[in-house]
Amino acid sequence: MAAIESACSRRCAIGRFGWLAASLSLGCVAAFAATLPEDLAELMYHSYDGGGVQVTGPALKLRKGFGNDFSASANYYVDSISSASIDVITSASPYTETREEIGVALDWLKGNSLMSVGYIRSDENDYLGETFTIGIAQDFFGGMSTVTMGYLRGDDTVMRIDTDFEDSIERNGYQLGWSQVLTPRIVASLDYEAVLETGFLNNPYRSARILGAQIPELYPRARNSHALALRGIGMVADATSLELGYRWYRDTWQVGAHTLEAALARRIRPHLTAELSYRYYTQDAASFYADDFDGVFEFMARDKELSTFNSHALGMRLTWDLGASLGPLSRSSVSFGYDLIRFDYDDFTDIRNGERYGFDSHVFQVWIGGWW
Amino acid sequence: MMRRVVLLLFLAALGGCAAPQPWVAPYEREALADPLMAFSRNPLMDKHRQHVFDVREGARGATDSDGGGCGCN
Repeated sequence: MAAIESACSRRCAIGRFGWLAASLSLGCVAAFAATLPEDLAELMYHSYDGGGVQVTGPALKLRKGFGNDFSASANYYVDSISSASIDVITSASPYTETREEIGVALDWLKGNSLMSVGYIRSDENDYLGETFTIGIAQDFFGGMSTVTMGYLRGDDTVMRIDTDFEDSIERNGYQLGWSQVLTPRIVASLDYEAVLETGFLNNPYRSARILGAQIPELYPRARNSHALALRGIGMVADATSLELGYRWYRDTWQVGAHTLEAALARRIRPHLTAELSYRYYTQDAASFYADDFDGVFEFMARDKELSTFNSHALGMRLTWDLGASLGPLSRSSVSFGYDLIRFDYDDFTDIRNGERYGFDSHVFQVWIGGWW
Repeated sequence: MMRRVVLLLFLAALGGCAAPQPWVAPYEREALADPLMAFSRNPLMDKHRQHVFDVREGARGATDSDGGGCGCN
């Protein structure tokens, strides 16, 4: 019964994380449309601390082109998790565990098209996720428009470490995106993504409550989601860009969410860039979520990620371009990032004191990259 | 006079049929090519940051790094 928050880790693991990683890897297709990504080695240390959960670890990514039209990449990512979250301390024991992720990808440039295939595998002691991705980005209209399409397929295995329980999840994701140069200083993008999941979608450790008594959660075995995002970025002043974005989300569990984002980036010295960002997120609860049920229902959840809540995130990042000062590298760069995130839950009670739950999180990142 | 009007309308109609041309010429894309104009200026850091949000929220998909392309290549 060690790992309720493995729910986090579990769903991070691949249920969400594999999907996310795959989703972002498809995104990279768009970001580098019609040209291959540069040869780059990246090393990052990341740290999260909030709500009784600490997650730290390194991330490493290497990319190298070969031939004239191909580029390959490999990445390794580790989450070392120490959890005494509200879920854990109210129904299980604090625990530590490690999640490891490896990913490989291949990009092929053909004319104005960039095609990409990838594979991601995530391992925990009670969760295994595998995801395959394929994507294409096509430039047209004189390079002013880029259309992207992507598909991902995920197959996960969910387990419990204290029993022989084992079940599976199948996931299909579809992405469609359009980015458009509007003026010499403004670019906009419109992105849609659908994710269709079937299988065991809840956490085998987590409990719901009926009149205060804990029972295992019961979730539907299917979930289809739709997300639509509109973003714009503009050079609003000399060496200063402003990005604004909005994302609409809805799924068949009746979770509805809105995300607003703003980011300001300014080159304050020739080799020093500073960024400030703000993000607001709000969501409505799933139809089968309750803090405390008054009877038995077909589906019952008490996952605070499915409750009604909002969050505010304030972030900053500094990036130094070190030029060609490091060894044989043609260029290198170092970045430091920090985010303060506040979560406030409307209908999730801290059963230790009977008050509505909320917490602050601190996210630190140190990144160094070298081009050759 | 009538012939001129008809000719003008005909030319206008032809113009309407013409495919639109890129209205930002390559030499006007200096600002677009600036790294500050990328939707994701550091994909690895953004991936981790998005991961932090994603595992704590019910919503998923169409994240910041998904779109983009500055059209400046």
